[in-house]
Amino acid sequence: MQSLLDPTGEIEPVIRSPIAKPDTLEGKTLGLLDISKAKGDIFLDRLEELFSDRGVKVRRYKKPTFAKPAPLKLIQEITKEVDIVVEGLAD
Amino acid sequence: MKDGIAVFVKYDCPTCLMVVPVLEKIQKTVEMKVFVQDYPEKFPSLMVDDDRELADSYDYNIEIVPTIVRIENGAEIERSVGWERSSWERISQTKALGNALPSIRPGCGSLSVEVGIAERLAIKSGEVKFSSRKITLGSLEDDIELCFEKSWTDGLPVVPPTEERVYRMLKGTGRKGDEILGMMPPNNIACTVEKVAVNAVLAGCKAEYFPVVLGAVEAVLEPAFCLHGLIATTWFSGPMVIVNGKIRKTIGMNWKGNVLGQGNRANATIGRALQLTVRNVGGGKPREVDQSTFGSPLKFGFCFAEDESTPWTTLAEDRGFNRDKSTVTLFSADGPIGCVDQNSRDPDSLIKSIAGSLKIVNHVGLANASDAVVVIGPEHGRVFDEAGWTKEQAVEALHQATKMSEVSDLKMTTLAAKLDDSKARQSKSMINKFRKNGLTLIRAGGDAGLFSAIIPGWLMKGETGTEPITKEI
Repeated sequence: MQSLLDPTGEIEPVIRSPIAKPDTLEGKTLGLLDISKAKGDIFLDRLEELFSDRGVKVRRYKKPTFAKPAPLKLIQEITKEVDIVVEGLAD
Repeated sequence: MKDGIAVFVKYDCPTCLMVVPVLEKIQKTVEMKVFVQDYPEKFPSLMVDDDRELADSYDYNIEIVPTIVRIENGAEIERSVGWERSSWERISQTKALGNALPSIRPGCGSLSVEVGIAERLAIKSGEVKFSSRKITLGSLEDDIELCFEKSWTDGLPVVPPTEERVYRMLKGTGRKGDEILGMMPPNNIACTVEKVAVNAVLAGCKAEYFPVVLGAVEAVLEPAFCLHGLIATTWFSGPMVIVNGKIRKTIGMNWKGNVLGQGNRANATIGRALQLTVRNVGGGKPREVDQSTFGSPLKFGFCFAEDESTPWTTLAEDRGFNRDKSTVTLFSADGPIGCVDQNSRDPDSLIKSIAGSLKIVNHVGLANASDAVVVIGPEHGRVFDEAGWTKEQAVEALHQATKMSEVSDLKMTTLAAKLDDSKARQSKSMINKFRKNGLTLIRAGGDAGLFSAIIPGWLMKGETGTEPITKEI
């Protein structure tokens, strides 16, 4: 019986369910991540205004370039400092 | 076998048939096994062992039939290949063997060393082990269709990666199959030499190409090449492999006519092996992590060699390697743009011409975006060579000739607005279209045609994107 060798990375698809959404924003810190795509800052500036008006504490973050994965230090900073992240993904 | 004589024969060997009376005589008095590789039933006068599976022939490392071996206490004492009366008499300790026969006659090749059989036997004996999981086909299942169903292909058929083929591919390198070359994005999976070999089989590579494939994979895994971003970008680019040095000739690569096109197995399959490795090991698939808006035909695989017969330094030399070394250099690359100039007979004029074509890459109003490789064809190259121009001179002249006016008017924020000639003319300062080291010149192509080819790359370069990488093979 013929058999073939698997050319793939042999990872089983990991099914990850999203974490539960927060019931309230009260007392939470929100992170806004700019990935350095054009005009991402304009979009996030407006979000910052809207969230701040509602009394949510906002922190801003920025990736040095959208072309590369975020540096580990930045990922750790965000994980440490905020409860929720909104990322500006495209142009 | 602990003690006695082992003889290996096949029916398809005149010498083996000639010694049948000799074997009959020995078998009467001496403990002897006769292993038949092809048709055991064709030796009715002898007690024979069926070795059509060739397992015993492989164990005894038989290269020629007939071979006679004397074994004592499980260890081989002596062997003789072909027919030679005196050796056979000594080994079998039997006198007056085959008096009617010539005293010596050469044998034939053993079936156990025929092409493909040795590999199968090495795998069967457990001498070769793979860590990749095995996928077994149903008896009526089509192997090539299975590769499509498993999503292992780039849309074209692939060579099914059987254990024998992967084993032969691994013989193309001295490196161990379990060596890890790096983490392959986007899924960051450990990329072993064995996994690259499986994908090189899929791509249709010969084992002799494998060191080049490994070099290309190692180059793209350098963080500075930024493969993750190159896979994910919406832009056209994919990896381009340029080969320098002796290996180009050893494996029969093309740097002459149709150099950037189809038709040469090494060129076609090395580039494809790299792309299939990215796809299968790293999981970089189109319309998934690969978000390219258009892609490009060269994303099936893009690999070629440089013409090193010109007065110019080679790409490898420019990148710090000696001419006697073989290298691969990786760039990000879009499809080639043709530049025709059939009139220029002096370098200044030709530079102006090529520069004009270079200015339009990415967008005619855009500076400092992608790098570009310019492949100077032989007839354009001759214009530089006859005037005694070095490559360095040509590169510098191209940088000068591709300068563009900087439009500093802040109202002109769009690229379309920058095309406004009257505004551009008012501008006093000039900027470089290409960053320093962003223009690479190489030589290749067919003898006829006053053309050169411009190959732009990914818009993201340098610190925030990709850098070219060279690896010695």
